[in-house]
Amino acid sequence: MSENARRQILSIGCIVGFFVIWEILCLVFNISDIVLPRPSQILITLWTRFPAIWPHAVQTLYTTMVGFAFGIVIGVVLGILIGSSRLAYDAGYPLLVGFSSIPKVAVVPIFVLWFGAGTVPAILTAMITCIFPIIVNVATGLAATEPELQDVMRTLRATKWEILWNIGLPRTMPYFFASLKVAATLAFVGAVISETVASNRGIGNLMMIASSSFDVPLVFAGLFILAALGVALYAGFSLIEGRVAGWAVRSENFAGGG
Amino acid sequence: MDDSAVLPVGNVINLEKVRVTFGAKTKVTALAETSLRISHGEFVALVGPSGCGKSTILKLVAGTLDATEGNVFVAGREVGAESARIGMAFQNPTLLPWLNVRDNVMMPLKIVPPFKKEFSRKRRTEYRDRVEQSLARVGLAGFGDKFPWQLSGGMQQRASLCRALIHDPTLLLLDEPFGALDQFTREELWEIMQQLWIDTRPTVLLVTHDLKEAAYLATRICVMQARPGRIVDDSIVPFARPRTIDISFAPDFVSLTQRLRERIVAARAVQSQVGSD
Repeated sequence: MSENARRQILSIGCIVGFFVIWEILCLVFNISDIVLPRPSQILITLWTRFPAIWPHAVQTLYTTMVGFAFGIVIGVVLGILIGSSRLAYDAGYPLLVGFSSIPKVAVVPIFVLWFGAGTVPAILTAMITCIFPIIVNVATGLAATEPELQDVMRTLRATKWEILWNIGLPRTMPYFFASLKVAATLAFVGAVISETVASNRGIGNLMMIASSSFDVPLVFAGLFILAALGVALYAGFSLIEGRVAGWAVRSENFAGGG
Repeated sequence: MDDSAVLPVGNVINLEKVRVTFGAKTKVTALAETSLRISHGEFVALVGPSGCGKSTILKLVAGTLDATEGNVFVAGREVGAESARIGMAFQNPTLLPWLNVRDNVMMPLKIVPPFKKEFSRKRRTEYRDRVEQSLARVGLAGFGDKFPWQLSGGMQQRASLCRALIHDPTLLLLDEPFGALDQFTREELWEIMQQLWIDTRPTVLLVTHDLKEAAYLATRICVMQARPGRIVDDSIVPFARPRTIDISFAPDFVSLTQRLRERIVAARAVQSQVGSD
């Protein structure tokens, strides 16, 4: 346990140290806050202008979470389809790779054209940005299911659906959660891109306006908010992962499941 | 095909002139034309060197492999359409790592009729007791909450046997389930296996490369030969039950395993001679 505590203290020390060095370097080299504001300035900005930042943060969190939720549902369905059907795999994969190669910022104007500026394009952009790793990981997880485990079910004359439900999907859970952690942060990227291009609300929009008026500390305040939200989401899914797919880690203190 | 669907009662397994080849161009014959009938309540061991097609026969009956030629009938119906309950244990325990031992053993009750109908209602009461009893029989009482990786290889294999038997299968398929275990664990599981068979009398098809194991457990031994895979000897094992490990040192037992061993060695010698010519 003391080993664990030591590791935690060390990692917290490193993170705090990063910001301290940043602060010191800015002071030593006398860097203007228009170029690179100090962490302390950013925190002060966050504190004093919180009422102005807050609604934007909520908006971004909202569009991200809704887009992410759609991404999970559609991503899992497509992943199952691609992972369990040869034809869907052959046809779907090239399409998917092609689609994911398109810069998402190029798609935003199309969404704006269809749905108007604002919330809907942000949700859709968040969705398409985060969906690729989900599909790929679910499909890979299904394809990687050991044939021996499937044979167990086949000798019991289980239906395809029963095999998928009892073997395929549980086997895919570690892959699925690994993808969720990546996808959660990608969803933020998607939402903010869309807000930057076409919205009058959200952290992306806030940063856009702040930078055009050279209010660099506010831009960085926006970045801090995004980073904090991203870390929170990542940590949340890590926690759920430990509960649901902890068997894959086989840690000594894992006691969930069943 | 439809006429032959109804076969003489008593044959649980019936292979009719079955052949299995692999590969589209360079055809490798895994199993040459083979016919095999196994009647109700028999304990048949398929023994032979690796590559002799013994696992192929098992997979045909299990329905995880299709015959290239010929017909496979299980309980009088074509394989896959039969209504017999099948239990299977593999060389690896193949327990699901995300389920604890109890839920692993319970899995067939969730899949196989008529148990599956009442699964959600009885899983916490009747089925749970059933699993606990089954675990207790193989010496795993109290291990239901453990996860597979917390168990030794021998314990996992016991749990795997419980899973194969939990739904009272009329046909039990065993693919070298004791092969990866140490001598003492193996002999212990032989005894457990024999007792289970005496109590519930399922039809058993056991694949093994251990002649002693075959002679100890089986009522009938089919010796197989490789390249091409075929059955070269089919003999009854007459020893009285329950058999003990001690009988494996009795003269009758030794002479039987010796005879089977010679049968395999002789066939191998012929083969290598053909190969060198």
